[in-house]
Amino acid sequence: MYDVIIIGAGVSGAASAREISRYRVHACVLEKEEDVCCGTSKANSAIVHAGYDAENGSLMARLNVEGNKMMAGLAKDLDFEFIQNGSLVVCTEKEYLPGLEDLLQRGRKNGVEGLRIVGREELVSMEPNISDNAVAALYAPTGGIVCPFHLNIALAENACANGVEFRFNTEVEGIAPIDGGFRLQTNQGVFEARCVVNAAGVYADKIHNMVSEKKMTIIPRRGDYFLLDKMAGSHVKRTIFALPNKFGKGVLVSPTVHGNLIVGPTAIDIEDKEGVNTTREGLDEAAKKCAVTVKNVPLRQVITSFAGLRAHQEGHEFIIEELKDVPGFVDCAGIESPGLTSSPAIGCMVADLVRGILNLEEKTDFIATRKGILNPETLSIDERNALINEQPAYGNIICRCEMVTEGEILDAIHRPLGAKSLDGIKRRTRAGMGRCQAGFCSPKTMEILSRELSLDMQKITKSGGNSALVVGTNKDRM
Amino acid sequence: MSKVKEYDIVIIGGGPAGLAAAAEAKRSGTDSVLILERDQELGGILNQCIHNGFGLHTFKEELTGPEYAARFIAQAEELGIACKLNTMVMDIGSDRVITAMNRQEGMFQIQAKAVILAMGCRERSRGALNIPGYRPAGIYSAGTAQRLVNREGLLPGREVVILGSGDIGLIMARRMTLEGAKVKVVAELMPYSGGLKRNIVQCLDDYGIPLKLSHTVVEIRGKERLNGVTIAQVDSKGKPIPGTEEDYCCDTLLLSVGLIPENELSRGAGVAISPVTSGPVVNESLETNIEGVFACGNVLHVHDLVDFVSEEAKAAGRNAVAYVQGRKKNVSGREISICPADGVRYTVPSTIRREMMDDKLTVRFRVGNVYRNCFISMYFDGERVMHRKRPVVAPGEMEEIKLEKEKLLSYPDLTTITVKIEEE
Repeated sequence: MYDVIIIGAGVSGAASAREISRYRVHACVLEKEEDVCCGTSKANSAIVHAGYDAENGSLMARLNVEGNKMMAGLAKDLDFEFIQNGSLVVCTEKEYLPGLEDLLQRGRKNGVEGLRIVGREELVSMEPNISDNAVAALYAPTGGIVCPFHLNIALAENACANGVEFRFNTEVEGIAPIDGGFRLQTNQGVFEARCVVNAAGVYADKIHNMVSEKKMTIIPRRGDYFLLDKMAGSHVKRTIFALPNKFGKGVLVSPTVHGNLIVGPTAIDIEDKEGVNTTREGLDEAAKKCAVTVKNVPLRQVITSFAGLRAHQEGHEFIIEELKDVPGFVDCAGIESPGLTSSPAIGCMVADLVRGILNLEEKTDFIATRKGILNPETLSIDERNALINEQPAYGNIICRCEMVTEGEILDAIHRPLGAKSLDGIKRRTRAGMGRCQAGFCSPKTMEILSRELSLDMQKITKSGGNSALVVGTNKDRM
Repeated sequence: MSKVKEYDIVIIGGGPAGLAAAAEAKRSGTDSVLILERDQELGGILNQCIHNGFGLHTFKEELTGPEYAARFIAQAEELGIACKLNTMVMDIGSDRVITAMNRQEGMFQIQAKAVILAMGCRERSRGALNIPGYRPAGIYSAGTAQRLVNREGLLPGREVVILGSGDIGLIMARRMTLEGAKVKVVAELMPYSGGLKRNIVQCLDDYGIPLKLSHTVVEIRGKERLNGVTIAQVDSKGKPIPGTEEDYCCDTLLLSVGLIPENELSRGAGVAISPVTSGPVVNESLETNIEGVFACGNVLHVHDLVDFVSEEAKAAGRNAVAYVQGRKKNVSGREISICPADGVRYTVPSTIRREMMDDKLTVRFRVGNVYRNCFISMYFDGERVMHRKRPVVAPGEMEEIKLEKEKLLSYPDLTTITVKIEEE
């Protein structure tokens, strides 16, 4: 029997696992997909929110501000990309200026530092491509951007290094209380644990409702996004939000940590928890709305579009608590925006609950740091040549758009919780994430996966499950 | 970093353009020619083009892609042209210092007296089209599928829909059929095909594959592997017409929706890029705005036939050597600009220095629409000097006109050459 089982290897589950691994504990993460970071955590705005949005006194507000403050240190410890580029909430109509003031006050009460309102002139000097209609903006210097994949992967890898087990392709189908804990029925057999953490994202209601009489509903709220070429990456320097007005919330326009430009998301409540399809209406809406705050967004340079689901809960509040009617069962649910930002603090809060339930002791040998996949571009030329001399694979470019070497791909495959699919490689190394969208590198990456994992090419998938990339050989059915 | 080696001519890319440029450079009088090729062999994309139809102009016979490449590779070998394979060029400086990398040498620099850009092009991806829907496995650009099928013997799928009637898409419709897949339809957004007429006949008509013009994919279904797409008719602005949707069951969607010259390195070097061709803006010598940097082949503008790539690349090789030997410098003559107008989208080159041009100069261009019973006209300033009748011109087929140096010299005050389509 495990001490604790965490359901879900998204950013909340991984952060919880990492913080729980500070204690002497036998822990396991069950993930229904083939990899970490496969749900909400992989498809979002990649923003580290400052914390002026959430209601005063809410858990969301507290964890947002805490998570924001923790992010820089965590990025250093766990070696993932985080840039504090600041954010601007732009007001484009004078009549809404009081709304900007309200936001400023709310942010200050939430404990957000450095907030101030900037007038049009300063705004234009900060962001030359700001809309001609912009009248003022709330500037939050603590706002930032992060690589959501690397944040999630780093947390999971660090948890793994500290002894947490991860089981992929393992879907929880039922949970029954047993003496001293829970029995979890999965498609991969039965697991038992003294304590369960429900970090199942859009499925958190399904997991919760397996054990609790007090039913919960999580609504998948879909958002469509555009990702633009790096040539467009400096169109704005900061993350630009629109001040909500009578037409609703706008979309954000932001650089990403890798130098692309992201535009989105829309917001539409759907029923299908796997409904990550973009729609014509959604994409058109995002394209139209980004022009409200930023002019001349070069939408001709879109390299991909995608949709993500927010795990929206009616009360729009994080639910992080031990269930009153099911002792030992901890919900970590309703983690929608600013969930990514809050994740470091969510992890601490969940770990604290679990520590209390299981009466855990701290480890003395906790490994607090982790090294990410080496990016050779960060090396000097001499260092890089020394590396290539030692490991020639670092001299072989596989993805020419993002300049990813074979060495990085090998690292991604062979490190703990390594990549098993094309998307796994992509999230870890960016191979295939560039302007040709894997046109050139996918056959090469497939070959490397096949070679390194000793798998037939027909077994190589895009993202696990039934996502095989090739279905047979030439004339095999003729 | 190791010591900087020097070459007269460094060619970026060992595909058809790079090979032809290298051979011609060598023949034009320099021994110092180096090809840098990122793949493990020379020949570029030709190596996966196993169909025939290459070389009709160059060799007066029908060759397959690998055969056509082999002839140029053999030439390069005979001429003793140096090349580095598996070598990625990371950067081209405006001073023509090239930084490259491979497994054996690590990162190293090369000083070139002249650089010839011959990196080719890439395929436009789904993302650039903004087709809504899921993002499952089974969506390939036609060229990626071509590589899997023709080089690895792997079948990407069994039931195929193809979007775009570019030549690679048409060729792949036939190839997938021959390898045992069912190609259900080829949808083309435009009211005309972007491919060569002969490919429509030989790759679609001969196999009974329907081509739906003015149609596009409006939805992609399937969460893990593709399981269907919806195709709809589009209006004259390319907008889907509600009510015309048709669902197709398929496990594969191939995209043949355009090629984009790969000019990331060129941009880094400061080369000015044409917004129309996405290739460098060049003069009569195929020289870019950066002195000593030349371009040819699909990195300059996307061609239909490799024969014309070879021809263009020869000119680039010849001109680069002339530059290195000092025969292209210190020109005092005025530049003549070539203006595309009325249906002509662009011309390559776009400027001419009369003194620097060969006796005959080929100007290549594309039209923006299908025109029937029209004239290709050329004006020297206000005077019409050419009026050539054509039964049909189409965007899918590159056009050319030849300019004679002698004739240009007889118009000493000429400032603008205009090329346009005129209807009757």
